[in-house]
Amino acid sequence: MDDLTAALARDLDSAFTTLVESAGPGLYSGLRRLCGDHQEAEDLTQETFIRAYRALGEFDRERFEELRLSPWLWTIALNLGRNHLRNRSRRPTLVEMHTNPAVDDPEPPDLAAWDARLTALPLNQRRAVVLRHVVGLGIGEIVEATGRPEGTVKADIHRGLDRLRRVMEQEQ
Amino acid sequence: MNIEDQLSGLTGGLPDGISEGVALGTGMADGYGLYPSPVGEVVVTFNIEGVSSVDLATEGYEKRFAGRHGRRLFRADPPADWGRHIPEAMEAGTPGRLPVDLRSRTQFQARVLRIAASIPRGEVRPYGWLAREAEKPGASRAVGSTMARNPIPLIIPCHRVVRSDGHLGEYSLGGSHNKWELLTHEGVEPARLVELAEHHVRVQGDPTTGVYCHPTCHVIRASGQWNIVDFTSTAAARSAGFQPCEVCRPG
Repeated sequence: MDDLTAALARDLDSAFTTLVESAGPGLYSGLRRLCGDHQEAEDLTQETFIRAYRALGEFDRERFEELRLSPWLWTIALNLGRNHLRNRSRRPTLVEMHTNPAVDDPEPPDLAAWDARLTALPLNQRRAVVLRHVVGLGIGEIVEATGRPEGTVKADIHRGLDRLRRVMEQEQ
Repeated sequence: MNIEDQLSGLTGGLPDGISEGVALGTGMADGYGLYPSPVGEVVVTFNIEGVSSVDLATEGYEKRFAGRHGRRLFRADPPADWGRHIPEAMEAGTPGRLPVDLRSRTQFQARVLRIAASIPRGEVRPYGWLAREAEKPGASRAVGSTMARNPIPLIIPCHRVVRSDGHLGEYSLGGSHNKWELLTHEGVEPARLVELAEHHVRVQGDPTTGVYCHPTCHVIRASGQWNIVDFTSTAAARSAGFQPCEVCRPG
């Protein structure tokens, strides 16, 4: 068990904030690239953590021992993304006190071009490339998160990158 | 720059509001809204379990909440439907369809609070009645302290619970003058209650029906007032041949 997993097993409530802070940026960035929409990515990030919190509350020692946080969070996120589940109406929703779009969507405008490039990829390639190179998951972690065989994941990444290169060459 | 490096540069920070949204969605934090009430603006807090507290919207309510409940507080819209149910519950002085979060209370305290929520608008009951209804007839004092620490005043109407001698007693939300204000708002005449208390009147009987009630019970108030009999105890009412009202159960 890594330090954070051990802390979650010991005291879920106090360690969970640390999990959101450490895993949140990667989760949001990956989801942002996958779904191509800022609001949708925010919703999915939030929902992923809420599901994770509830699930962790039921975990026993053994489940914590086996837990690998990143791929596990991504399993939840990808399932939510697949089903486009929304549960926003059943809980308090934050009133945004400062609606500054620049702060709300913290990405430079030129990165919008990536949405177009990534959308050009078939879903499996897009998912594999984003998880590997945007989020920085290892091959084994992507296998765990997506449930797809290692060879397929590797091929998806390879073909996805090839395709992106070609798309970018055409842009120039 | 190669494509792998460009892709890894697409990682940004976490947008504002997500960690707060997660805290609200998991119940690690409560949301709050501001609402008008007969005793001034109040802060109503809520979480995934229900409404968790009502406090006067005076300076420091966020700190008071954190001190009492140990959770953070964010300005939030309540879950769907509650937006309508919260003002309704405050006006009616009972939760109605609004769930209440009483997890911070003991089982006994929660039971007493739920019984208090059943006291009809415009009526009052003494601490001793609540203790009896909670099947702990000797626990008037514990009932008193449960009311003093009611986390959800206005919606759980502890202002309808009075001292066993009939006097209004204290009130946690800003002081006893607010209890007077709230009862007046509901059509109870507090001055009349004080007068009855000073004459040691505990229950009143209707000679036509032979039933005795708490003085504010709608059963006796619906009858003609001219022939009502005052009693200083339930024993006195019974020995005069009266039966306890089945609605207000005066004991």
